[in-house]
Amino acid sequence: MAMSREDVYEKVQEVLVDALGVDEEEISEKATLMGDLGAESIDFLDIVFRLEKAFNIKIPREELFPAEALMGNADYVKDGKLTASGMALLREKMPHTDLSQFEKDPDINKIGDLFTVASIVNYVQGKVG
Amino acid sequence: MRWIWIDKFLEFKSRESAVSLKNVTLAEEHLHDHFPGFPIMPECLIIEAMAQTAGILVGEAKGFKEKVVLAKISKAVFFHFVRPGDQIRFHTKIESIANEAASTTGKVMCGEKLVAEIDLMFSHIDQNLGGKQFPKENFVFTDMFMSLLQGFIKPAEKSV
Repeated sequence: MAMSREDVYEKVQEVLVDALGVDEEEISEKATLMGDLGAESIDFLDIVFRLEKAFNIKIPREELFPAEALMGNADYVKDGKLTASGMALLREKMPHTDLSQFEKDPDINKIGDLFTVASIVNYVQGKVG
Repeated sequence: MRWIWIDKFLEFKSRESAVSLKNVTLAEEHLHDHFPGFPIMPECLIIEAMAQTAGILVGEAKGFKEKVVLAKISKAVFFHFVRPGDQIRFHTKIESIANEAASTTGKVMCGEKLVAEIDLMFSHIDQNLGGKQFPKENFVFTDMFMSLLQGFIKPAEKSV
């Protein structure tokens, strides 16, 4: 049965409360996982594990958080910014994320900000919706 | 020497669950200082004992090829003190396991009493996303650690 976006959001919220030890009120659609909610690298795997259980889905490695694959590659990163081909790959790998702001200044240090609560909800909805 | 905070395994179901046991005794010197006149097993060591129990379970699931290190304490809630003379059991099960990491849940019991709930995450450090290199030898699963599993897995399986 397809889930509504609200249902998905509520469950994602529960997952993030458990995985990151944050309060429900701290979580909003726009909240970034690293900046606002204090997630570290191991938390991303924790979130993936919990989402798989909560929604009974399989999340292939790097499908939800694919940025690491880009970082070490000179074709994709130049002078601390994503190149055009890096940007194209990111767009292809993150169809569930709004990249319009990031595209104006594709600083790799800001790549963590791309992972928002909304991007997770969109991703999960794509799997269960 | 490596500190080992479990005495033996009681159950070991490969890739699923394990139960280990520890006898707590005043012969453990740190209890004399923690605290003078009121010895209790430090809660950080209870977490370490759970990490050893669950870490061996996670390591065995991948044939002890991975270096399994504790990466995150997802939950640690304590309900009772553990005192000298207590025999505590660490019940743990694997919730999720992937190439890079594993998550486990666990309960610490003293008789029928629930002492603590401890959920952990382990990282397989050779699979880290940063591509960092670590020594080749598996410094996590040393012989002393492996001896705990005698009787539960065949010797040949250890080196696979």
